[in-house]
Amino acid sequence: MHNLTIKQLSDGLRQKKFSSVELTQSALARVEKFNPRLNAFITVTAERALEHARRADARLARGEGGPLTGVPIAHKDIFCAAEVRTTCGSRMLDRFVSPYDATVVAKLQAAGVVSVGKTNMDEFAMGSSNETSYYGPVRNPWDETRVPGGSSGGSAAAVAGRVVPAATGTDTGGSIRQPAALSGIVGLKPTYGRVSRYGMIAFASSLDQAGVLTQTAEDAALLLGAMAGLDPRDSTSVDEPVPDYAAELNKPLQGLKIGLLKEFFDGLEPGNAQAVQAALEVFRKLGASTQELSLPSLPLSVSTYYVVAPAECSSNLSRFDGVRFGHRCEEPRDLLDLYKRSRGEGFGAEVKRRIMTGTYVLSAGYYDAYYLKAQKVRQLIADDFRRAFESVDVLIGPTTPTPAFELGAKVDDPITMYLNDIYTIGANMAGLPALSTPCGFVDGLPVGLQIVGPVFSEARLLNVAHAYQQETEWHTKIPHGYE
Amino acid sequence: MYDYARFFQLPEAFGPVATPMSLTREDLEKIAHLARLQISAEELPAYVESLSSIIDFVEQLNGADTTDVLPMAHPLSGQTQRLRADEVTENNARELHQQNAPRVEAGLYLVPKVIE
Repeated sequence: MHNLTIKQLSDGLRQKKFSSVELTQSALARVEKFNPRLNAFITVTAERALEHARRADARLARGEGGPLTGVPIAHKDIFCAAEVRTTCGSRMLDRFVSPYDATVVAKLQAAGVVSVGKTNMDEFAMGSSNETSYYGPVRNPWDETRVPGGSSGGSAAAVAGRVVPAATGTDTGGSIRQPAALSGIVGLKPTYGRVSRYGMIAFASSLDQAGVLTQTAEDAALLLGAMAGLDPRDSTSVDEPVPDYAAELNKPLQGLKIGLLKEFFDGLEPGNAQAVQAALEVFRKLGASTQELSLPSLPLSVSTYYVVAPAECSSNLSRFDGVRFGHRCEEPRDLLDLYKRSRGEGFGAEVKRRIMTGTYVLSAGYYDAYYLKAQKVRQLIADDFRRAFESVDVLIGPTTPTPAFELGAKVDDPITMYLNDIYTIGANMAGLPALSTPCGFVDGLPVGLQIVGPVFSEARLLNVAHAYQQETEWHTKIPHGYE
Repeated sequence: MYDYARFFQLPEAFGPVATPMSLTREDLEKIAHLARLQISAEELPAYVESLSSIIDFVEQLNGADTTDVLPMAHPLSGQTQRLRADEVTENNARELHQQNAPRVEAGLYLVPKVIE
Protein backbone atom coordinates (compact mmCIF):
# COMPACT_ATOMS: atom_id res chain seq x y z
CA MET A 1 0.00 0.00 0.00
CA HIS A 2 3.03 2.27 0.19
CA ASN A 3 2.84 3.12 -3.50
CA LEU A 4 -0.74 4.39 -3.37
CA THR A 5 -1.60 8.06 -3.73
CA ILE A 6 -3.47 10.02 -1.10
CA LYS A 7 -6.61 9.79 -3.20
CA GLN A 8 -6.28 5.99 -3.38
CA LEU A 9 -5.52 5.75 0.34
CA SER A 10 -8.51 7.92 1.10
CA ASP A 11 -10.80 5.71 -0.98
CA GLY A 12 -9.29 2.55 0.54
CA LEU A 13 -9.82 3.80 4.09
CA ARG A 14 -13.45 4.52 3.34
CA GLN A 15 -13.91 1.09 1.74
CA LYS A 16 -12.26 -0.51 4.82
CA LYS A 17 -9.53 -2.09 2.69
CA PHE A 18 -7.10 -1.03 5.42
CA SER A 19 -7.16 1.07 8.56
CA SER A 20 -5.26 4.24 9.36
CA VAL A 21 -3.32 2.31 12.00
CA GLU A 22 -2.23 -0.17 9.32
CA LEU A 23 -1.20 2.64 6.96
CA THR A 24 0.69 4.39 9.72
CA GLN A 25 2.44 1.18 10.75
CA SER A 26 3.40 0.59 7.13
CA ALA A 27 4.82 4.11 6.81
CA LEU A 28 6.73 3.77 10.08
CA ALA A 29 8.14 0.44 8.91
CA ARG A 30 9.35 2.08 5.70
CA VAL A 31 10.92 4.89 7.69
CA GLU A 32 12.80 2.28 9.70
CA LYS A 33 13.83 0.40 6.59
CA PHE A 34 14.89 3.29 4.36
CA ASN A 35 15.88 6.12 6.64
CA PRO A 36 19.34 4.70 7.35
CA ARG A 37 19.93 5.08 3.59
CA LEU A 38 18.07 8.32 2.88
CA ASN A 39 18.45 10.29 6.15
CA ALA A 40 15.14 11.90 5.22
CA PHE A 41 13.81 12.16 8.79
CA ILE A 42 15.19 14.11 11.75
CA THR A 43 12.50 13.03 14.22
CA VAL A 44 10.05 10.12 14.03
CA THR A 45 6.93 10.42 16.19
CA ALA A 46 5.73 6.82 16.11
CA GLU A 47 3.61 6.71 19.27
CA ARG A 48 1.94 10.01 18.58
CA ALA A 49 1.26 8.95 14.98
CA LEU A 50 -0.36 5.69 16.07
CA GLU A 51 -2.50 7.53 18.60
CA HIS A 52 -3.67 9.95 15.89
CA ALA A 53 -4.28 7.00 13.55
CA ARG A 54 -6.47 5.28 16.15
CA ARG A 55 -8.46 8.50 16.51
CA ALA A 56 -8.83 8.72 12.73
CA ASP A 57 -10.03 5.11 12.56
CA ALA A 58 -12.63 5.88 15.22
CA ARG A 59 -13.85 8.87 13.24
CA LEU A 60 -14.04 6.85 10.05
CA ALA A 61 -15.89 4.05 11.85
CA ARG A 62 -18.51 6.59 12.90
CA GLY A 63 -18.82 7.68 9.28
CA GLU A 64 -17.15 11.00 10.06
CA GLY A 65 -14.03 12.68 8.74
CA GLY A 66 -13.02 14.05 5.36
CA PRO A 67 -10.93 12.88 2.43
CA LEU A 68 -7.68 13.25 4.38
CA THR A 69 -8.76 11.52 7.60
CA GLY A 70 -6.34 8.74 8.47
CA VAL A 71 -3.80 9.49 5.74
CA PRO A 72 -0.17 9.47 6.93
CA ILE A 73 2.22 12.25 5.84
CA ALA A 74 5.38 13.92 7.15
CA HIS A 75 6.10 17.55 7.99
CA LYS A 76 9.21 19.45 7.05
CA ASP A 77 11.01 20.17 10.31
CA ILE A 78 10.47 23.90 9.81
CA PHE A 79 6.87 23.61 11.04
CA CYS A 80 6.38 23.82 14.79
CA ALA A 81 4.40 20.92 16.21
CA ALA A 82 3.32 21.10 19.85
CA GLU A 83 5.34 18.86 22.18
CA VAL A 84 7.48 17.67 19.27
CA ARG A 85 11.14 18.51 18.75
CA THR A 86 11.38 21.12 15.98
CA THR A 87 14.97 21.70 14.81
CA CYS A 88 14.77 23.50 11.45
CA GLY A 89 17.83 21.41 10.55
CA SER A 90 19.98 23.43 12.95
CA ARG A 91 22.15 22.75 15.97
CA MET A 92 20.65 25.99 17.29
CA LEU A 93 17.31 24.23 17.82
CA ASP A 94 18.60 20.72 18.46
CA ARG A 95 16.74 20.49 21.75
CA PHE A 96 13.85 22.84 20.99
CA VAL A 97 10.45 21.33 21.77
CA SER A 98 7.75 23.52 20.30
CA PRO A 99 5.13 24.76 22.78
CA TYR A 100 2.57 25.24 20.00
CA ASP A 101 1.38 24.05 16.58
CA ALA A 102 1.99 25.85 13.31
CA THR A 103 -1.31 26.66 11.61
CA VAL A 104 -0.42 24.22 8.80
CA VAL A 105 0.14 21.44 11.34
CA ALA A 106 -3.05 22.27 13.24
CA LYS A 107 -5.20 22.48 10.11
CA LEU A 108 -3.95 19.19 8.68
CA GLN A 109 -4.37 17.53 12.06
CA ALA A 110 -7.92 18.84 12.25
CA ALA A 111 -8.52 17.30 8.81
CA GLY A 112 -7.44 13.96 10.28
CA VAL A 113 -4.01 13.73 8.68
CA VAL A 114 -1.53 11.62 10.65
CA SER A 115 2.03 12.96 10.81
CA VAL A 116 4.67 10.25 11.24
CA GLY A 117 7.56 12.64 11.79
CA LYS A 118 9.66 15.63 10.83
CA THR A 119 11.76 15.64 7.69
CA ASN A 120 15.35 16.70 7.19
CA MET A 121 16.07 20.02 5.50
CA ASP A 122 18.78 22.52 4.77
CA GLU A 123 19.55 24.49 7.94
CA PHE A 124 16.85 27.16 8.35
CA ALA A 125 15.80 26.31 4.75
CA MET A 126 19.00 27.89 3.40
CA GLY A 127 20.33 25.61 0.72
CA SER A 128 19.49 23.83 -2.52
CA SER A 129 20.93 20.39 -1.82
CA ASN A 130 20.01 19.51 1.76
CA GLU A 131 23.72 19.45 2.57
CA THR A 132 23.65 22.36 5.04
CA SER A 133 21.57 20.36 7.56
CA TYR A 134 23.15 19.87 10.99
CA TYR A 135 21.76 16.33 10.74
CA GLY A 136 23.68 15.44 7.60
CA PRO A 137 22.74 15.33 3.93
CA VAL A 138 19.69 13.55 2.54
CA ARG A 139 20.28 11.12 -0.33
CA ASN A 140 18.28 10.99 -3.54
CA PRO A 141 16.48 7.63 -3.88
CA TRP A 142 17.07 7.70 -7.65
CA ASP A 143 20.82 7.67 -7.06
CA GLU A 144 22.01 7.65 -3.49
CA THR A 145 25.30 9.35 -4.42
CA ARG A 146 23.29 12.43 -5.45
CA VAL A 147 21.42 15.18 -3.64
CA PRO A 148 17.60 15.24 -3.51
CA GLY A 149 17.62 19.04 -3.87
CA GLY A 150 16.71 21.44 -1.13
CA SER A 151 15.78 22.90 1.11
CA SER A 152 12.78 20.51 1.45
CA GLY A 153 15.11 17.59 0.60
CA GLY A 154 13.92 15.22 3.31
CA SER A 155 10.29 15.68 2.29
CA ALA A 156 11.21 15.12 -1.37
CA ALA A 157 13.26 11.96 -0.74
CA ALA A 158 10.60 10.54 1.60
CA VAL A 159 7.87 10.95 -1.03
CA ALA A 160 10.08 9.85 -3.95
CA GLY A 161 11.02 6.68 -2.02
CA ARG A 162 7.31 6.20 -1.14
CA VAL A 163 8.18 6.21 2.55
CA VAL A 164 5.18 8.50 3.02
CA PRO A 165 2.60 9.34 0.33
CA ALA A 166 3.08 13.12 0.71
CA ALA A 167 4.87 15.71 2.82
CA THR A 168 4.76 19.41 3.55
CA GLY A 169 7.48 21.81 2.47
CA THR A 170 8.32 25.49 2.25
CA ASP A 171 9.52 27.49 -0.72
CA THR A 172 11.46 30.77 -0.46
CA GLY A 173 13.39 30.59 -3.73
CA GLY A 174 12.49 27.14 -5.05
CA SER A 175 12.76 24.94 -1.95
CA ILE A 176 9.66 22.89 -2.83
CA ARG A 177 9.86 22.85 -6.64
CA GLN A 178 13.59 22.21 -7.04
CA PRO A 179 13.72 19.14 -4.76
CA ALA A 180 10.44 17.89 -6.29
CA ALA A 181 12.04 18.15 -9.76
CA LEU A 182 15.30 16.48 -8.70
CA SER A 183 13.41 13.70 -6.91
CA GLY A 184 10.79 12.99 -9.57
CA ILE A 185 7.66 14.07 -7.71
CA VAL A 186 5.12 16.92 -7.68
CA GLY A 187 5.83 20.11 -5.72
CA LEU A 188 3.44 23.03 -5.33
CA LYS A 189 4.33 26.48 -4.02
CA PRO A 190 1.10 28.45 -3.58
CA THR A 191 0.61 32.22 -3.95
CA TYR A 192 2.35 34.27 -1.26
CA GLY A 193 -0.09 34.53 1.64
CA ARG A 194 -2.31 31.65 0.46
CA VAL A 195 -1.15 29.42 3.34
CA SER A 196 -0.43 30.77 6.82
CA ARG A 197 3.17 31.20 7.91
CA TYR A 198 2.27 31.07 11.59
CA GLY A 199 4.56 28.60 13.35
CA MET A 200 6.68 28.13 10.25
CA ILE A 201 10.17 29.16 11.31
CA ALA A 202 10.89 32.35 9.37
CA PHE A 203 13.70 32.67 6.84
CA ALA A 204 12.72 35.50 4.47
CA SER A 205 9.24 36.62 5.45
CA SER A 206 8.29 38.38 2.20
CA LEU A 207 9.13 35.23 0.19
CA ASP A 208 8.41 32.22 2.45
CA GLN A 209 5.39 30.14 1.53
CA ALA A 210 4.23 26.71 2.68
CA GLY A 211 3.21 24.06 0.18
CA VAL A 212 3.24 20.34 -0.54
CA LEU A 213 5.30 17.57 -2.13
CA THR A 214 3.15 14.77 -3.51
CA GLN A 215 2.95 12.02 -6.13
CA THR A 216 0.14 13.63 -8.11
CA ALA A 217 -1.50 16.98 -8.80
CA GLU A 218 -4.72 15.51 -7.40
CA ASP A 219 -3.05 14.84 -4.04
CA ALA A 220 -1.61 18.35 -4.00
CA ALA A 221 -5.14 19.69 -4.58
CA LEU A 222 -6.52 17.70 -1.64
CA LEU A 223 -3.79 18.83 0.74
CA LEU A 224 -3.75 22.48 -0.35
CA GLY A 225 -7.50 22.70 0.21
CA ALA A 226 -6.97 21.70 3.84
CA MET A 227 -3.98 24.00 4.41
CA ALA A 228 -5.00 27.22 2.68
CA GLY A 229 -7.01 30.12 4.04
CA LEU A 230 -6.98 33.28 6.09
CA ASP A 231 -5.24 33.06 9.45
CA PRO A 232 -5.63 35.97 11.87
CA ARG A 233 -2.27 34.93 13.35
CA ASP A 234 -0.39 35.75 10.13
CA SER A 235 -0.89 39.35 9.08
CA THR A 236 0.29 38.52 5.53
CA SER A 237 -2.11 35.63 5.02
CA VAL A 238 -4.64 36.71 2.43
CA ASP A 239 -8.41 36.98 2.85
CA GLU A 240 -9.37 35.16 -0.32
CA PRO A 241 -11.89 32.29 -0.52
CA VAL A 242 -10.36 28.82 -0.87
CA PRO A 243 -11.81 27.08 -3.93
CA ASP A 244 -12.43 23.33 -4.15
CA TYR A 245 -9.15 22.59 -5.91
CA ALA A 246 -10.10 18.97 -6.63
CA ALA A 247 -13.32 20.04 -8.40
CA GLU A 248 -11.45 21.86 -11.17
CA LEU A 249 -8.89 19.16 -11.95
CA ASN A 250 -10.67 17.73 -14.97
CA LYS A 251 -11.38 20.92 -16.89
CA PRO A 252 -10.35 20.46 -20.55
CA LEU A 253 -7.21 22.33 -21.62
CA GLN A 254 -8.72 23.30 -24.99
CA GLY A 255 -7.80 26.93 -25.63
CA LEU A 256 -5.19 27.14 -22.86
CA LYS A 257 -2.58 29.74 -23.74
CA ILE A 258 0.92 28.72 -22.67
CA GLY A 259 3.79 31.19 -22.57
CA LEU A 260 7.34 29.94 -23.13
CA LEU A 261 9.94 32.17 -21.57
CA LYS A 262 12.90 32.79 -23.81
CA GLU A 263 15.02 33.22 -20.67
CA PHE A 264 14.13 29.68 -19.55
CA PHE A 265 15.02 27.93 -22.77
CA ASP A 266 18.24 29.67 -23.78
CA GLY A 267 21.15 27.44 -22.90
CA LEU A 268 19.12 24.56 -21.44
CA GLU A 269 20.93 21.19 -21.47
CA PRO A 270 19.81 18.99 -24.40
CA GLY A 271 18.37 16.25 -22.18
CA ASN A 272 16.27 18.64 -20.12
CA ALA A 273 15.27 20.60 -23.22
CA GLN A 274 14.07 17.42 -24.94
CA ALA A 275 11.93 16.40 -21.95
CA VAL A 276 10.35 19.84 -21.72
CA GLN A 277 9.72 20.03 -25.49
CA ALA A 278 8.04 16.61 -25.39
CA ALA A 279 5.78 17.85 -22.59
CA LEU A 280 4.81 20.88 -24.66
CA GLU A 281 3.76 18.51 -27.47
CA VAL A 282 1.40 16.80 -25.00
CA PHE A 283 -0.21 20.14 -24.15
CA ARG A 284 -0.59 21.04 -27.84
CA LYS A 285 -2.32 17.72 -28.41
CA LEU A 286 -4.71 18.59 -25.59
CA GLY A 287 -5.68 21.77 -27.41
CA ALA A 288 -3.33 24.28 -25.81
CA SER A 289 -1.38 26.83 -27.82
CA THR A 290 2.12 28.06 -27.12
CA GLN A 291 3.81 31.37 -27.71
CA GLU A 292 7.26 32.73 -26.94
CA LEU A 293 7.63 35.51 -24.42
CA SER A 294 10.43 37.38 -22.77
CA LEU A 295 10.66 38.80 -19.25
CA PRO A 296 13.58 41.20 -19.61
CA SER A 297 14.19 41.65 -15.89
CA LEU A 298 14.01 37.95 -15.03
CA PRO A 299 17.78 37.33 -15.29
CA LEU A 300 18.15 39.73 -12.36
CA SER A 301 15.99 37.56 -10.10
CA VAL A 302 18.85 35.61 -8.51
CA SER A 303 20.84 38.70 -7.58
CA THR A 304 17.65 40.35 -6.28
CA TYR A 305 17.01 37.26 -4.21
CA TYR A 306 20.53 37.26 -2.75
CA VAL A 307 19.97 40.75 -1.40
CA VAL A 308 16.36 40.45 -0.21
CA ALA A 309 16.53 36.95 1.31
CA PRO A 310 19.75 37.43 3.34
CA ALA A 311 18.53 40.84 4.51
CA GLU A 312 15.31 39.37 5.85
CA CYS A 313 17.17 36.33 7.22
CA SER A 314 19.62 38.47 9.19
CA SER A 315 16.69 40.26 10.76
CA ASN A 316 14.61 37.12 11.43
CA LEU A 317 17.48 35.11 12.89
CA SER A 318 18.43 37.84 15.36
CA ARG A 319 15.88 36.20 17.69
CA PHE A 320 18.36 33.39 18.36
CA ASP A 321 20.28 34.97 21.20
CA GLY A 322 21.13 32.06 23.49
CA VAL A 323 18.87 33.51 26.18
CA ARG A 324 15.24 32.56 25.64
CA PHE A 325 15.54 29.34 23.62
CA GLY A 326 18.03 27.54 21.45
CA HIS A 327 21.71 26.79 21.80
CA ARG A 328 23.76 28.54 24.49
CA CYS A 329 27.55 28.45 24.75
CA GLU A 330 29.35 27.22 27.85
CA GLU A 331 30.68 29.67 30.40
CA PRO A 332 29.99 33.03 28.70
CA ARG A 333 32.33 35.81 29.90
CA ASP A 334 29.74 38.53 29.39
CA LEU A 335 26.54 39.16 27.45
CA LEU A 336 28.32 39.97 24.17
CA ASP A 337 30.34 36.78 24.44
CA LEU A 338 27.12 34.88 25.16
CA TYR A 339 25.48 36.22 21.99
CA LYS A 340 28.49 35.76 19.74
CA ARG A 341 29.54 32.29 20.78
CA SER A 342 25.99 30.92 21.10
CA ARG A 343 25.24 32.09 17.55
CA GLY A 344 28.69 31.18 16.23
CA GLU A 345 28.33 27.63 17.55
CA GLY A 346 24.60 27.20 16.92
CA PHE A 347 24.55 28.22 13.25
CA GLY A 348 26.27 26.41 10.39
CA ALA A 349 28.47 28.01 7.73
CA GLU A 350 25.79 28.78 5.12
CA VAL A 351 23.44 30.35 7.67
CA LYS A 352 26.28 32.51 9.00
CA ARG A 353 27.17 33.50 5.45
CA ARG A 354 23.62 34.64 4.77
CA ILE A 355 23.23 36.44 8.08
CA MET A 356 26.43 38.37 7.36
CA THR A 357 25.45 39.10 3.75
CA GLY A 358 22.16 40.47 5.04
CA THR A 359 23.84 42.45 7.79
CA TYR A 360 26.13 44.00 5.20
CA VAL A 361 23.42 44.98 2.69
CA LEU A 362 21.31 46.49 5.47
CA SER A 363 24.15 48.33 7.16
CA ALA A 364 24.47 52.11 7.23
CA GLY A 365 25.52 53.52 3.89
CA TYR A 366 24.61 50.37 1.92
CA TYR A 367 20.87 50.09 2.51
CA ASP A 368 19.85 52.21 -0.50
CA ALA A 369 22.46 50.72 -2.80
CA TYR A 370 21.47 47.11 -2.12
CA TYR A 371 18.21 46.53 -0.30
CA LEU A 372 16.19 49.42 -1.70
CA LYS A 373 17.60 48.83 -5.19
CA ALA A 374 16.73 45.12 -4.95
CA GLN A 375 13.15 45.89 -3.87
CA LYS A 376 12.81 48.15 -6.92
CA VAL A 377 14.15 45.48 -9.26
CA ARG A 378 11.80 43.04 -7.57
CA GLN A 379 8.92 45.32 -8.56
CA LEU A 380 10.19 45.29 -12.16
CA ILE A 381 10.22 41.48 -12.13
CA ALA A 382 6.67 41.37 -10.72
CA ASP A 383 5.53 43.86 -13.39
CA ASP A 384 7.11 41.72 -16.12
CA PHE A 385 5.15 38.69 -14.93
CA ARG A 386 1.92 40.68 -14.70
CA ARG A 387 2.32 41.85 -18.29
CA ALA A 388 3.02 38.28 -19.44
CA PHE A 389 -0.23 37.06 -17.88
CA GLU A 390 -2.17 39.61 -19.93
CA SER A 391 -1.47 37.44 -23.00
CA VAL A 392 -1.08 33.91 -21.60
CA ASP A 393 -2.75 31.76 -18.92
CA VAL A 394 0.34 29.99 -17.63
CA LEU A 395 4.09 29.96 -18.21
CA ILE A 396 5.70 26.57 -18.73
CA GLY A 397 9.37 25.66 -18.74
CA PRO A 398 12.00 23.66 -16.89
CA THR A 399 12.10 23.67 -13.08
CA THR A 400 15.88 23.36 -12.87
CA PRO A 401 18.77 23.80 -15.31
CA THR A 402 20.20 20.32 -14.60
CA PRO A 403 19.11 17.05 -12.98
CA ALA A 404 20.31 16.04 -9.47
CA PHE A 405 24.02 16.62 -8.92
CA GLU A 406 26.43 14.61 -6.79
CA LEU A 407 26.75 15.06 -3.06
CA GLY A 408 29.57 17.46 -2.31
CA ALA A 409 29.76 18.77 -5.89
CA LYS A 410 28.78 22.34 -5.06
CA VAL A 411 29.25 22.74 -1.32
CA ASP A 412 32.42 24.80 -1.65
CA ASP A 413 31.02 27.34 -4.07
CA PRO A 414 27.95 29.20 -2.79
CA ILE A 415 27.24 31.03 -6.04
CA THR A 416 27.17 27.83 -8.11
CA MET A 417 24.82 26.38 -5.52
CA TYR A 418 22.59 29.48 -5.70
CA LEU A 419 22.29 29.09 -9.48
CA ASN A 420 20.24 25.91 -9.04
CA ASP A 421 17.30 28.17 -8.45
CA ILE A 422 17.52 30.42 -11.52
CA TYR A 423 14.17 29.22 -12.87
CA THR A 424 12.30 29.04 -9.58
CA ILE A 425 13.20 32.31 -7.84
CA GLY A 426 11.16 34.50 -10.21
CA ALA A 427 7.84 33.18 -8.86
CA ASN A 428 8.89 33.99 -5.29
CA MET A 429 9.92 37.49 -6.30
CA ALA A 430 6.45 38.13 -7.71
CA GLY A 431 4.54 36.12 -5.08
CA LEU A 432 3.15 33.78 -7.77
CA PRO A 433 2.01 30.18 -7.43
CA ALA A 434 4.14 27.60 -9.26
CA LEU A 435 4.22 23.85 -9.54
CA SER A 436 6.76 21.24 -10.67
CA THR A 437 5.70 17.90 -12.14
CA PRO A 438 7.90 15.06 -13.46
CA CYS A 439 8.35 15.17 -17.26
CA GLY A 440 11.06 12.64 -18.07
CA PHE A 441 14.51 11.36 -17.26
CA VAL A 442 18.09 12.17 -18.24
CA ASP A 443 20.53 9.32 -17.56
CA GLY A 444 18.07 7.78 -15.10
CA LEU A 445 17.56 11.05 -13.21
CA PRO A 446 14.18 12.82 -13.09
CA VAL A 447 13.48 16.09 -14.89
CA GLY A 448 10.87 18.58 -13.65
CA LEU A 449 8.44 20.69 -15.65
CA GLN A 450 7.52 24.01 -14.06
CA ILE A 451 4.12 25.65 -14.46
CA VAL A 452 3.74 29.23 -13.19
CA GLY A 453 0.47 31.17 -13.06
CA PRO A 454 -0.93 34.51 -11.94
CA VAL A 455 -1.78 35.07 -8.27
CA PHE A 456 -4.38 32.66 -6.86
CA SER A 457 -4.33 30.46 -9.98
CA GLU A 458 -3.49 27.29 -8.00
CA ALA A 459 -6.63 25.56 -9.29
CA ARG A 460 -5.55 26.23 -12.88
CA LEU A 461 -1.99 25.02 -12.26
CA LEU A 462 -3.28 21.83 -10.66
CA ASN A 463 -5.73 21.36 -13.54
CA VAL A 464 -2.93 21.73 -16.11
CA ALA A 465 -0.63 19.35 -14.23
CA HIS A 466 -3.45 16.83 -13.69
CA ALA A 467 -4.31 16.85 -17.40
CA TYR A 468 -0.66 16.23 -18.21
CA GLN A 469 -0.51 13.38 -15.69
CA GLN A 470 -3.52 11.70 -17.36
CA GLU A 471 -1.49 11.58 -20.61
CA THR A 472 1.91 10.59 -19.18
CA GLU A 473 3.33 8.17 -16.64
CA TRP A 474 6.44 10.02 -15.43
CA HIS A 475 4.84 10.80 -12.05
CA THR A 476 4.16 7.11 -11.41
CA LYS A 477 7.81 6.04 -11.70
CA ILE A 478 9.36 4.76 -8.49
CA PRO A 479 13.12 4.49 -7.93
CA HIS A 480 14.68 1.03 -8.12
CA GLY A 481 14.69 -0.67 -4.73
CA TYR A 482 11.78 1.38 -3.43
CA GLU A 483 8.94 -0.22 -5.47
CA MET B 1 27.75 21.82 -17.91
CA TYR B 2 24.89 24.30 -17.93
CA ASP B 3 25.92 27.62 -19.39
CA TYR B 4 24.72 29.97 -16.67
CA ALA B 5 26.28 32.97 -18.34
CA ARG B 6 23.70 32.70 -21.12
CA PHE B 7 20.84 33.03 -18.69
CA PHE B 8 22.34 35.98 -16.93
CA GLN B 9 24.02 37.61 -19.92
CA LEU B 10 26.78 38.16 -17.43
CA PRO B 11 29.96 40.12 -17.94
CA GLU B 12 33.12 38.07 -18.21
CA ALA B 13 34.11 39.00 -14.69
CA PHE B 14 31.55 36.52 -13.40
CA GLY B 15 32.69 33.07 -12.44
CA PRO B 16 35.49 31.39 -10.58
CA VAL B 17 37.99 33.74 -12.21
CA ALA B 18 39.80 35.60 -9.44
CA THR B 19 38.51 39.14 -9.10
CA PRO B 20 39.72 41.68 -6.58
CA MET B 21 38.01 41.10 -3.24
CA SER B 22 35.33 43.70 -2.63
CA LEU B 23 35.49 43.12 1.13
CA THR B 24 38.52 43.11 3.39
CA ARG B 25 39.24 41.04 6.46
CA GLU B 26 38.50 44.13 8.57
CA ASP B 27 35.13 44.60 6.83
CA LEU B 28 34.25 41.02 7.61
CA GLU B 29 35.24 41.35 11.26
CA LYS B 30 33.00 44.40 11.54
CA ILE B 31 30.06 42.63 9.86
CA ALA B 32 30.49 39.58 12.11
CA HIS B 33 30.47 41.84 15.15
CA LEU B 34 27.32 43.64 13.99
CA ALA B 35 25.67 40.26 13.39
CA ARG B 36 26.85 39.04 16.81
CA LEU B 37 28.59 36.02 15.32
CA GLN B 38 31.83 34.58 16.61
CA ILE B 39 33.95 33.77 13.55
CA SER B 40 37.33 32.20 14.19
CA ALA B 41 40.52 33.53 12.59
CA GLU B 42 40.77 30.33 10.54
CA GLU B 43 37.21 30.70 9.20
CA LEU B 44 37.56 34.39 8.27
CA PRO B 45 39.36 34.11 4.90
CA ALA B 46 36.70 31.77 3.48
CA TYR B 47 33.95 34.21 4.48
CA VAL B 48 35.86 37.18 3.05
CA GLU B 49 36.05 35.30 -0.24
CA SER B 50 32.46 34.05 -0.38
CA LEU B 51 30.85 37.30 0.80
CA SER B 52 32.97 39.21 -1.71
CA SER B 53 31.81 36.96 -4.53
CA ILE B 54 28.17 37.37 -3.44
CA ILE B 55 28.53 41.15 -3.25
CA ASP B 56 30.23 41.16 -6.68
CA PHE B 57 27.45 38.98 -8.04
CA VAL B 58 24.63 41.21 -6.86
CA GLU B 59 26.37 44.26 -8.33
CA GLN B 60 24.55 43.41 -11.57
CA LEU B 61 21.46 45.01 -10.01
CA ASN B 62 23.08 48.36 -10.72
CA GLY B 63 22.61 47.66 -14.42
CA ALA B 64 18.81 47.83 -14.05
CA ASP B 65 17.07 51.12 -14.76
CA THR B 66 14.79 51.70 -11.78
CA THR B 67 14.06 55.38 -12.37
CA ASP B 68 10.56 56.15 -11.06
CA VAL B 69 10.11 52.59 -9.78
CA LEU B 70 8.79 52.34 -6.24
CA PRO B 71 10.36 49.64 -4.08
CA MET B 72 8.04 46.68 -3.60
CA ALA B 73 6.09 46.96 -0.35
CA HIS B 74 4.09 43.72 -0.68
CA PRO B 75 4.46 40.83 -3.14
CA LEU B 76 0.78 41.04 -4.10
CA SER B 77 -0.25 44.40 -5.51
CA GLY B 78 -2.89 46.22 -3.50
CA GLN B 79 -2.35 44.13 -0.38
CA THR B 80 -1.54 45.72 2.93
CA GLN B 81 -0.85 44.14 6.27
CA ARG B 82 -3.86 43.83 8.50
CA LEU B 83 -4.00 45.41 11.91
CA ARG B 84 -5.95 43.95 14.78
CA ALA B 85 -7.40 45.38 17.97
CA ASP B 86 -4.80 45.75 20.70
CA GLU B 87 -6.19 43.25 23.16
CA VAL B 88 -4.94 40.22 25.04
CA THR B 89 -5.46 37.12 22.89
CA GLU B 90 -3.02 34.65 24.44
CA ASN B 91 -3.01 33.09 27.87
CA ASN B 92 0.09 33.42 29.98
CA ALA B 93 2.21 30.34 29.26
CA ARG B 94 5.49 31.49 30.74
CA GLU B 95 6.40 28.18 32.34
CA LEU B 96 5.72 26.27 29.17
CA HIS B 97 7.80 28.67 27.09
CA GLN B 98 10.64 28.76 29.57
CA GLN B 99 11.04 25.01 29.30
CA ASN B 100 13.08 25.78 26.19
CA ALA B 101 15.25 28.39 27.90
CA PRO B 102 18.89 27.44 28.58
CA ARG B 103 18.84 28.99 32.07
CA VAL B 104 15.93 30.32 34.12
CA GLU B 105 15.35 30.97 37.78
CA ALA B 106 12.12 32.03 39.48
CA GLY B 107 10.56 32.74 36.10
CA LEU B 108 13.46 34.94 34.98
CA TYR B 109 15.96 34.35 32.18
CA LEU B 110 19.50 34.24 33.50
CA VAL B 111 22.29 36.05 31.63
CA PRO B 112 25.82 37.10 32.63
CA LYS B 113 25.98 40.19 34.81
CA VAL B 114 25.36 43.31 32.69
CA ILE B 115 25.65 46.13 35.26
CA GLU B 116 28.67 46.26 37.56
